[in-house]
Amino acid sequence: MIYDKSLSRRVFLILNYFILLLISLLCILPFINLLAVSFSSSAAVSAGSVTFWPVEFTTKAYEFALTGGSFFSSLWVAIQRTVIGTLVNLVLIVLTAYPLSKSKQKLMGRNIYMGFFIVTMLFSGGLIPTYLVVVKMGLIDSIWSLILPGALPVFSMIILMNFIRGLPEEIEESAIIDGAGPVQVLLRILLPLLKPALATVGLFSIVAHWNSWFDGIIYMNNPANYPLQSYLQTLLQSFEQIMLKSGSDYTQLLSMMNARTGRAAQMFLGAIPILLVYPFLQKYFTKGLVLGSVKG
Amino acid sequence: MLRKWKQQRAYHLMLIPSLVLVFIFSYIPFYGLIIAFQKYNPGLGFNSPWVGWDNFTHIFNQPNFVRTIWNTLYMSVFKIIGGIIVPVIFALLLNEVLHSGIKRTFQTLVYIPNFLSWVIMAGIMLDILSSDGIINTFLGVFGIAPISFLGTPSIFPWTMIVSDIWKGFGFGTVVYLAALTSIDPGLYEAAVIDGAKRWKQTIYITLPLLMPTIVLMTVLSLGNVLNAGFDQIYNLYSPVVYQTGDIIDTYVYRLGIQQAQYSIGTAVGLFKSIISSVLVAVSYILAYRVAGYRIF
Repeated sequence: MIYDKSLSRRVFLILNYFILLLISLLCILPFINLLAVSFSSSAAVSAGSVTFWPVEFTTKAYEFALTGGSFFSSLWVAIQRTVIGTLVNLVLIVLTAYPLSKSKQKLMGRNIYMGFFIVTMLFSGGLIPTYLVVVKMGLIDSIWSLILPGALPVFSMIILMNFIRGLPEEIEESAIIDGAGPVQVLLRILLPLLKPALATVGLFSIVAHWNSWFDGIIYMNNPANYPLQSYLQTLLQSFEQIMLKSGSDYTQLLSMMNARTGRAAQMFLGAIPILLVYPFLQKYFTKGLVLGSVKG
Repeated sequence: MLRKWKQQRAYHLMLIPSLVLVFIFSYIPFYGLIIAFQKYNPGLGFNSPWVGWDNFTHIFNQPNFVRTIWNTLYMSVFKIIGGIIVPVIFALLLNEVLHSGIKRTFQTLVYIPNFLSWVIMAGIMLDILSSDGIINTFLGVFGIAPISFLGTPSIFPWTMIVSDIWKGFGFGTVVYLAALTSIDPGLYEAAVIDGAKRWKQTIYITLPLLMPTIVLMTVLSLGNVLNAGFDQIYNLYSPVVYQTGDIIDTYVYRLGIQQAQYSIGTAVGLFKSIISSVLVAVSYILAYRVAGYRIF
């Protein structure tokens, strides 16, 4: 591209950097503020004197978050859910996308199968009928209630299907001539080639499982089974109640903190895992957008 | 025929797990929709007495139901408009930055809020928007009295609209930046020879070439016009702002699950599901006709 070096252009560029910087800061400053609040004394927070740097530095809020409440047990549920849920998602995505990537001739009823899955993207029975099915299946209070209803993410499956279709067919054909069956083709030939696409849809699943909170609230009767985000959600509603429930051992801690610093600490702890995988996420999510637009 | 089946058997077998799970958790709930036409009694289950369209006439006679639909449309339309304008402008401004490292830094910063759940976001918002939070402290410097962003019915919808755009515009920016990089640089060179400055180039080259992507994103978001953001609103609203902040999904949840009015809740959900699925289908057809976009 050719750029002119006129005065108006320079003024624009300076102004542009300023605006971009301002907007970017708007996206990041709230997190820095949260971090500062979580490390500040409750008195300073109530006085409104905390901005982007802790005032009267203290780690009391974190001590409380890590010892009181059920932060750790919820974290453990969330980890289990994310790991098992993502594995289930990936296995089903592969097992579904591979046959459906075949033409009508090579897979009888292909379009019927496809329609069967597409319908669920358009129309759903809704909250209450789905809830009743989960209850009838006896999955209430089980981690499977958070995994099985969304076991096949149809959109991710379509991304992978389109990706498989984009691969040269000759690879598969030559393997079949060498005597490989569909299962061998899938395991030995396709899986290694699918790694980038699987990383993309795998990350979609990880983020979705890690971030969902609503199913935890409705399918778990016992708050001890809440995954982390559901637990954090209850904190939003009633932080004070939870602090009171967690017993008299914490009275001393309680006097040194208030709801805001405690909540800030737990919110920040809840955000850390995603922020850690964030650099990978960004790369693959952008890739996923491109993969998703491949036409079948 | 039989030989063909033998070849294909493995493909069909691979599909079984997905077919079974999707059938149980997506198709059986369709059957559960019949309770919208019954007076559901948990003891009787699906054998509850039939009431025809009574549940539907009942909800349409509720003054707050019409208000709920209005709130849903109001918030979601502004979210869609802002969710298109802001990322387009940001992408255009970012596109003027030639230094790739700086460009990537800005992009990375605005992309972060996308990956955090609305639970964590709500935690942050409750904190920064509280009466002694950072935003009101900042406004106080200019002598503005604390504003209750989440507790004032007239302001609440705008708090939702602005924060939703804030959380999501980084994602849109990535899409538009990808579209911008695919524009042929030769066009700009030709324009420079013709004496066009940067502003004219933007108006006559960049924007027209960006239009198909803008149209595509708009059309696709129309299918979601009845989803005004359950996660966000549920975590941030309170009875004080039900009047302007209640949307269809939060209404179904309160009525159906919290007050255990399964039939009424399902009727509202069914109503929304039907309109939504028509909208999604229409928007996908439009996206194909207008922008040549196909998902499968």
